[in-house]
Amino acid sequence: MTDLLPRKAPSAPAVAQVPQRRRFRHLPQYLAISPFYILFLVFGAYPVFYSLYLALHRWDGIGPMQWIGLDNFALLVTDAEFWNAIGNTFIIWVMSTVPMTVLALLIALGLNSSIRFKGLYRIAYFMPNVTSVVAMAIVFSSVFSTEFGILNSFLSAIGLDPVGWLTDPWGIKVAISVMIIWRWVGYNAIIFLAGLQAIPADIYEAARIDGAGPVQTFFRVTLPLLRPVMLFSVVMSAINGMQVFTEAQVLVGDRGGVQDAGTTMVLYFYNMAFLENDFGYGAAIAWGIFVVVVIFAIINWRLIQRPERAEVSR
Amino acid sequence: MTPSLRVKLLGGGLLAVGAVITLFPYYWLAVMATNTTSDIFTTPPKLTFGSHLFDNLAEVFASIDFFGSLLNTVIVAVATTVLVLFFDSLAAFTFAKYRFPGRNVLFGILLATFVVPTQLAAIPQFSIMATLGWVGDLKALIIPAAANAFGIFWMRQYCASALPDELLEAARMDGCGFFRTYWNVALPVLRPALAFLGIFTFISAWNDYLWPLIIMVDSRNLTLQVALSQLNGVYGTDYSLVMAGTLLAILPLLVVFLIGSRHFIKNIAAGAVKG
Repeated sequence: MTDLLPRKAPSAPAVAQVPQRRRFRHLPQYLAISPFYILFLVFGAYPVFYSLYLALHRWDGIGPMQWIGLDNFALLVTDAEFWNAIGNTFIIWVMSTVPMTVLALLIALGLNSSIRFKGLYRIAYFMPNVTSVVAMAIVFSSVFSTEFGILNSFLSAIGLDPVGWLTDPWGIKVAISVMIIWRWVGYNAIIFLAGLQAIPADIYEAARIDGAGPVQTFFRVTLPLLRPVMLFSVVMSAINGMQVFTEAQVLVGDRGGVQDAGTTMVLYFYNMAFLENDFGYGAAIAWGIFVVVVIFAIINWRLIQRPERAEVSR
Repeated sequence: MTPSLRVKLLGGGLLAVGAVITLFPYYWLAVMATNTTSDIFTTPPKLTFGSHLFDNLAEVFASIDFFGSLLNTVIVAVATTVLVLFFDSLAAFTFAKYRFPGRNVLFGILLATFVVPTQLAAIPQFSIMATLGWVGDLKALIIPAAANAFGIFWMRQYCASALPDELLEAARMDGCGFFRTYWNVALPVLRPALAFLGIFTFISAWNDYLWPLIIMVDSRNLTLQVALSQLNGVYGTDYSLVMAGTLLAILPLLVVFLIGSRHFIKNIAAGAVKG
C-alpha cells in the first residue's frame, strides 16, 4: 500500500481497511505540517481571541486588568479621531489606487510593444516595490520638504508657488499617496503585462479583420480580457491600502501631522496601543479596523460580482 | 514617419520618462548622501554627486550602531528565510503528495488564516513575548515568522505540477522513507520555487518595520529599519548624515534583488495571472 496519491482513483477505498497497528503510519505527515499550525495557534489564533478579551478591559500592559464591558467599543464608535483615521485611510486609498492603476496600465502597454531595453525597464519599474519603505519615506520627506525640498525648488523654477506638502492636510495626503503610487505602480505594471501577454494573438487578428481600430480594440478586447488581472490588482491594493502605516509614520510622524491628516487606521492603532499604552482600547481599535475591512471586502465583492451577472444574463 | 513608428517612439519616450521619475528618488538619495547638508540646502539645490560620502558615513557610524543593526537584520532575514523554506516546502510537499485523514480540513484552516489581520494579534503577541522574556530579542522576530500560509499555499501548487508521482514511487521502491524522499528527491526538483520564495521571504523580513518597531524599540537590538527611523527622528535636519545611513541601508537588498530580479519578477507575474 502506498502513501502516494494515486494518479487515478483506485476502485476501492484503501483507507477503509487500515490495520490497527498502522494507526500511526501518517505520523510523519502530521509532523511535517505541524510547525505552521503550532506557530499559528500560539502567535495567531490565541492572540486573536485574547484581544477580544482584552478589548473588554482597561489595561496599561503592566498593572491589573480592569473589566469595563463594552465601554471601549462605545468609546470607539463615537471617537472622532478613529473616524478621521478611517476617512484618511480611504481617501489615501482612492488617491493612490486610481492613478496607480491608470499609470500601471500605460506602462504595461508600453512594455508589451516592441521597444528596446524591456528587461531593464522591468527591473527599474519594479525596484521601488522591494526597497525599504522606511528608507524611501525618509528620501520622500526631503523631496516634499516645504523649504528645502527638491519638488518645491522645481515648482519655483517653473514659476509656480511652493506647496506645503508636509504642513497642509491635503498636501500630506498627496505626499503619502504619491509614495504609495511610486512603490506599487511597477508591481502592477508587471502583473498587467503578464495579463496582456496571456491574450491570444488571434483575438487581435479577428478584431482587426472585423474592422476594429486601435482604440476600439483596446476598450472592447484588451480591457475586458484584462479584467481578472485588474481585479487581482484592485483586491491587492485594497488589502494593502487598509494597512498603510510606514509611509505615514515616517513622513509625518507618530501623530499623523497637521490636523491628524496623515493618521491612518493602523497608525492610530499603533498610537493608542503602543505609545499611549492603552492596550484595552488598542484591542478595540484593532477589532474596529477588522470590521471596517470586512465591510469593505463585502462591498468590493458585490461590485465585482455584479458585472459578471449582467454578462451571463445577456 | 509611419503612424506605427510614431506610436512606438511616443511609447518608448513615455516609458523612458516614467523610468527616470521612478529612479529619481534613488539618484537624489545618492546626491544627498555624497554632499554636505549646507550643499543640499542651497537654492537652487545642488543636483550632482559630491565628495563627502565617507565623511557622512563616518558620522553615521559615530551616531548609531549601524553594523550592529545590520548584523541583527542579516541574522533575522537569513534565519527567517531558512526556516520558512524548510517548514513551508516540507508542509507543501506533504499536502501535495500524501493522503492522510483531515488533510482537506487542515488545508482549509490554513487558507482561512489569510484573513486574520496582523494588528488583531499584535497586542497579545506583545504580552506573549513579554511573558517569554523575548521583548528586544531577535527570537521575537524570527520564531513567529518561521512558517507561513502564503509560502505553503504557493509551494503546494508548484509541488503538484513539478513532482511526478512516478519519481516519488521510484524513491519509495528504492527504500526511501518519507523524510529521505522529501530531502533527496523533492527538494532538488523544487529549487526554482525555493529560489523565489527565498528571495521573497528575505526581502519581506529585511524590510519589516511595524512589528520590529513594537517589539525592539527600547532595546539595544535594533534592526536596520528601526535604527533608520530613529536616525531620522533624532538627526532629522542633518540630511547628509541621515541620507548616507539610508543609502547604505538599502544597498545590500538592492544587490540581492538585482541578482535574482529576472526570476523574481517572472514569478510575481505568473502568480498573479494564474491566481
